[in-house]
Amino acid sequence: MATATRSDELSDFDRAARSGRVLNYLNHDKRIRSWVFTLDHKRVGVMFLASVVASLVLGAAFAVLVRMELMYPGLYFSRELYHRFFTLHGAVMIFLFVIPATPSAIGNFVLPLMLGAKDVAFPRLNLFSYHLYVIAAVFFVITLALGGIDTGWTFYAPYSVQTNTAVATALAGAFLLGFGSIFTGINFIVTTHTLRPKDMTWMKMPLMVWALYATSIIQVLATPVLAITLVLLVAERLLGIGVFDPAKEGDPVLYQHLFWFYSHPAVYIMILPAMGIISEVISVHSRKHIFGYTAIAWSSVAIALLGFLVWGHHMFMSSQSPLVSMIFSALTFSVAIPSAIKVFNWIATLYKGSIHLTTPMCYALIFIFLFGLGGLTGLFLGALATNVQVHDTAFVVAHFHYVMVGGALMAFIAGVHHWWPKITGKMYYEPIGRITALVIFIAFNMTYFPQFIIGAQGMPRRYADFEEQIYRPEGVPYTTVDGAEMIGDGTGIPWIREWQIISSIGGFLFVAGILTVIVYLLYSLFAGKRAPENPWGGATMEWATPSPPPYDNFEEPPTARDPYDFSNLRYDANIGGYVRYEQ
Amino acid sequence: MSSDATAAAPQETAAGEPTKGQAPSHGHSRWLSHHFDTSEQQLYSNKLGMWIFLLTEILFFSGLFCAYAVYRRNNPQMFDDGHLFLDTRMGAINTAVLIFSSFTMALAVRFAQLSQRTALTIALGITLACGFVFLGVKYQEYSAKLEHRLLPGQTYYMECAGVWAQRWSAWLSGEELPEYPVRTREALGFHPKEHHLTEEIEKHRIQQYLNAARGPAADVHDLSQEQKQQIKNQLGLSEEELLRRANNLGSFFGIYFALTGLHALHVICGIIALTWLFVRSLLHHFGSDYFDPVECTGLYWHLVDLIWIYLFPLLYLID
Repeated sequence: MATATRSDELSDFDRAARSGRVLNYLNHDKRIRSWVFTLDHKRVGVMFLASVVASLVLGAAFAVLVRMELMYPGLYFSRELYHRFFTLHGAVMIFLFVIPATPSAIGNFVLPLMLGAKDVAFPRLNLFSYHLYVIAAVFFVITLALGGIDTGWTFYAPYSVQTNTAVATALAGAFLLGFGSIFTGINFIVTTHTLRPKDMTWMKMPLMVWALYATSIIQVLATPVLAITLVLLVAERLLGIGVFDPAKEGDPVLYQHLFWFYSHPAVYIMILPAMGIISEVISVHSRKHIFGYTAIAWSSVAIALLGFLVWGHHMFMSSQSPLVSMIFSALTFSVAIPSAIKVFNWIATLYKGSIHLTTPMCYALIFIFLFGLGGLTGLFLGALATNVQVHDTAFVVAHFHYVMVGGALMAFIAGVHHWWPKITGKMYYEPIGRITALVIFIAFNMTYFPQFIIGAQGMPRRYADFEEQIYRPEGVPYTTVDGAEMIGDGTGIPWIREWQIISSIGGFLFVAGILTVIVYLLYSLFAGKRAPENPWGGATMEWATPSPPPYDNFEEPPTARDPYDFSNLRYDANIGGYVRYEQ
Repeated sequence: MSSDATAAAPQETAAGEPTKGQAPSHGHSRWLSHHFDTSEQQLYSNKLGMWIFLLTEILFFSGLFCAYAVYRRNNPQMFDDGHLFLDTRMGAINTAVLIFSSFTMALAVRFAQLSQRTALTIALGITLACGFVFLGVKYQEYSAKLEHRLLPGQTYYMECAGVWAQRWSAWLSGEELPEYPVRTREALGFHPKEHHLTEEIEKHRIQQYLNAARGPAADVHDLSQEQKQQIKNQLGLSEEELLRRANNLGSFFGIYFALTGLHALHVICGIIALTWLFVRSLLHHFGSDYFDPVECTGLYWHLVDLIWIYLFPLLYLID
């Protein structure tokens, strides 16, 4: 961080200034400590990006192991191992990837740029939240080294108090990540309030900023409750304080309430910034002013607030009174309204737009399709009667992955592609991006759609092996696991095994697709074309500074304009990007 | 301050990352960060950030208060029994100490705004001292709990629970009170005084039963054996029931230590922040143009105080 200014030791900055080389935030200082202790929001964002993608790969590796077990139960792994795999898949993906991915990685990079600010309000706190992330990741690695954890990512008491696996270290990791998330939220709220230019009113902010603001509200209001819940759970394990233990007059359902009071709003931490990305990408890549700006902006806030009132729908089957369940069910349906407002506005933006099928746009369209499907199946789960049938089945798994993978992850990939030129200064190879998007779309549906079907048929989630999943047609002989010859008696549900195999093959293809994205993006760092200032013709302020931006973000203070007015931006083939013409 | 500012300006640039086209800091406080335009903007940002942080703190404790509410609603007897083992006098002293420290903290903020540096240092010093007094009293309370094995959950000494139950029962039946097990006394170094204290609590407990059974008129010391036996029968206090309730004390002390321990941890964090402010006030860093850390730490300290004001009646003053 500290740069020596003594005359006998020239910094990179001084040397470059003398040679006349253009400096940006990436090359102004190349020492490792200038990264590790940087206060620059862009570098913190880049470090977050690298870290969350590493977590994504780790989580995907566990997903592959889970799918291997579900394809051929018992062939590769023991049951105990499988329980650890799905727990670690969930915990790594939720805590280390989806929650920090869009706000901390992309949001950190673009929020101050979109506001025309030099940095976030509290740069040290920002760096601290990254350091907390790294420490938490170390705790997760320790958890792995201690043999993993088998409670499921929800850590439900009393099992999480009784199991002998490494619960305490995983809880410590989640606790620290929670604090990092709170600090990011505080930072974003204060930045949005105090560092906007004077001429940018609330209703002139880019929708990504609105989405990040709404996300921050949830991060700040929900995460502390998770933090105290995890503290109580650790105290329960280590000291046996009794709050969640029925043997000590405690209440295990209280744990579920406290946990979901955070974890349901947390799914909006995951999806709201994703919606912000989609609002930007759809508008910029269809060269049309966003439709219904005010409605999209306020629906973000509405989702953030309504999201706090629906946690009880996770406890329809946990001794909750029918009246309370009905109220939670009705509130759950109400979240569909602001979500649908957003989807309709995106489609209206596309209507008669000049749609450029760039890679970010492909992923944005995939998002709308998959999120729509995921959202609609959520209504099945929010309705009391159907919930009884599909509660804790693969149907829930499919719904959740349509929303989180089809929604949050697809939007994250769209955002990474959209801002990749700005972050790195390099263009990726467009055709391979589009082909991979198509492969990912097909593989995704192949993975998760079968789970809707088998879930509706009664396949429970988290079960590797399930007696009824083996269909034994009447009169047809078969061999049991022990090698005994038996005659089928017509029991079991047909096709579950076949769907599981299709789902697993789709899953492997999907992971391959994600890895392809990572590989070609990294390749573009070395072989990509130089990115122009404004490759897509965006009107928000981050496109009004060089790619990559200089250390202080802007060479001269930018002017705040309508963030979705593209009328003055024309494509210039010579520089491969858009240029603003003043009338 | 102006001489400070000119002296520190190049230093600041050297400490920060190299910046391009940074506006010269003439007329600004030396503590103004490069991404803020004015000190007012920085103060507003810091205060807003602090208020949001306090909001998260309230929510952090609210989960615990929620657990307390559910626990107490489900087991009112446990809290009724447990609070008798807390020392209300100690709790009251701590309440007074914290309220007084909040007052000196508020004065410190005012002195910083008025650039009264000596007064600021004194006010911060008193606040800091109050923080230590609070922790000292807390230490006394905790070590007494440790000696009586009044600890959370599985660390709670079950043998003691049995003895307490027997003693309550014996008192009610007019028999001789059984002694605490030798092992406990030797291992924990029981003092006669504290032994007496426990007996007092037991008497108070029985007085409560009396009040519940036949109004406050009767005094425990005037009771005949028949009357005691009668009360015991009336209240249905079987040996098993007494043992169960004595066992439950471990759960009461679970929530007691969770609440007060977490609060004490916040006091320690406050003491660290106050020490940092104290050192900076000795270095004359604060004045009317820059007092953000004093104000923000003040806000935090008031919250810590406020939480204690809720904890005190919720734990000590149950009746």
